[in-house]
Amino acid sequence: MTLQVGMDAIKSKGYLGTYRFLILRRISQLVTLLLFITSPIAGYWLLKGNLSSSLILETVPLSDPFVMLQTLASGHSPITAMLLGSAIIGGFYWLIGGRSFCSWVCPVNPVTDLAGWASRRLGIRRRFPLSRHLRYWILTLALLLPAITGVLAWELVNPVSLLHRGLIFGMGMGWLVILGIFLFDLFVVPRGWCGHICPMGACYSLIGKTSPLRIIASNRDACYDCMDCYAVCPEPQVIKPALKGNKSDAQVEQGPVILSPNCTNCGRCIDICSVNVFEFGSRFANRMEKHP
Amino acid sequence: MKQGNTQIGQQGRNRRQFLTDAARGVCGMGALGVGLGLMASNARSHAPEMLRPPGALPEAEFLGACLRCGLCVRDCPYDTLKLAQITDPVANGTPYFIAREVPCEMCDDIPCVAACPSGALDQALDNIDDARMGLAVLIDQETCLNFLGLRCDVCYRVCPLIDEAITLEMERNARTGHHARFLPTVHSDACTGCGKCEEACVLEQAAIKVVPIKLAKGEIGHHYRLGWEEKTANQGQSLIPEQIKLPVRRPEDRS
Repeated sequence: MTLQVGMDAIKSKGYLGTYRFLILRRISQLVTLLLFITSPIAGYWLLKGNLSSSLILETVPLSDPFVMLQTLASGHSPITAMLLGSAIIGGFYWLIGGRSFCSWVCPVNPVTDLAGWASRRLGIRRRFPLSRHLRYWILTLALLLPAITGVLAWELVNPVSLLHRGLIFGMGMGWLVILGIFLFDLFVVPRGWCGHICPMGACYSLIGKTSPLRIIASNRDACYDCMDCYAVCPEPQVIKPALKGNKSDAQVEQGPVILSPNCTNCGRCIDICSVNVFEFGSRFANRMEKHP
Repeated sequence: MKQGNTQIGQQGRNRRQFLTDAARGVCGMGALGVGLGLMASNARSHAPEMLRPPGALPEAEFLGACLRCGLCVRDCPYDTLKLAQITDPVANGTPYFIAREVPCEMCDDIPCVAACPSGALDQALDNIDDARMGLAVLIDQETCLNFLGLRCDVCYRVCPLIDEAITLEMERNARTGHHARFLPTVHSDACTGCGKCEEACVLEQAAIKVVPIKLAKGEIGHHYRLGWEEKTANQGQSLIPEQIKLPVRRPEDRS
């Protein structure tokens, strides 16, 4: 019998301690969705619209920067509400780590997380070589197509907006697309959608390139190489530089901050580590450690 | 020598790997781009019964401007507007309404336009009477009750712009010989395409339907001049200058 991922952490921190951020994220995802679905509550529209564009309490506009960039590319000159809305969303996610959107809000995340969990539990091993840079090419394509066709081509298929819109306004056959993503992640490419393809995530990566809020392997000396963090991480390639640094060359000693903008700030590594190597912190912790 | 060969072999492998990866990437992105591009060009034509909300930009621009957020749907007090689902014959996620099911009630404050965050519904529309969602056409004269000589008049009665967008034109009923027919007649300068007439038509299938203006309207040759209109504008005077007096050519002895 193989050791299950997270056994050490459950032993040392208990079940709640091991799944703290996962539970918080599910609550965050659910609450965001429910605010859209159940509004108006007692006459108040807490959130109205969907993730593409919405209003808080019928006053504060919010717009997704990726969708706005697509409309700009199509040649449409937007009005103030949309520009203001995407500035608010862009600024907010810059502050808390661009891809926090992916792990704390995006409705596709639970689907791909489920596929990741299922493939781990079922021991499905498959390798289909797909570059993690692909998403930036698809992002480029998603911004080129509106410029060429004048149509928001990506939004015809975008599963993120499709699922969120569908859950609020009616899904129709849209669930087939979501099922497709689940099966793709499960059988074709591990973490295929969120980690390789989704241009919306790529856009939030770019927004969060200089985000102050990052995950830090501050206690990395305690690491005993159980590899659990790599197993649960949706972007495992981001961990190594922060956790292991580059010991061979002191000049380019890296870490302990996970600086890669592909990190989704989901906090699974923090929870799954039985010796508490990781924590949330500021991206400037690197400098502080080097100049004590 | 042996080491040199190994290096060259390694370089060759790297180059081959690079070329393979590049080819895979370019072909993959190309296929995706073509697929999405075709979908995008298909999205431009949609089912004619699916009408856009008031103030919608021309379809080609609308598809680049609409964020698919559904705020217009939320603010429509009559649940007229719907967001397209992926199998609907209109671009995924965009708002539409079907006049025969729920027509536009032409709210004075146009809440759907006010709600639009992107300007896909043009904020410049401040009078709902100026909206052009489509154009009503009495599309089947063979089944229209008024054309058959009865007095249905329902489309005329429900029209929010009665006697402007739809009028009843009286003419002699040739079948009976001594009755009149009152023919519902749509005027494109006033019709907003709200669809109240299509919804209200008492037939099993509406004889009057709202269709996209492009389908409904003809376009006269630009060189045509409508003499009777120009004459009115010219205070009833002749449109050509005074004729030259031509000499009378007849034998002088006849008068």
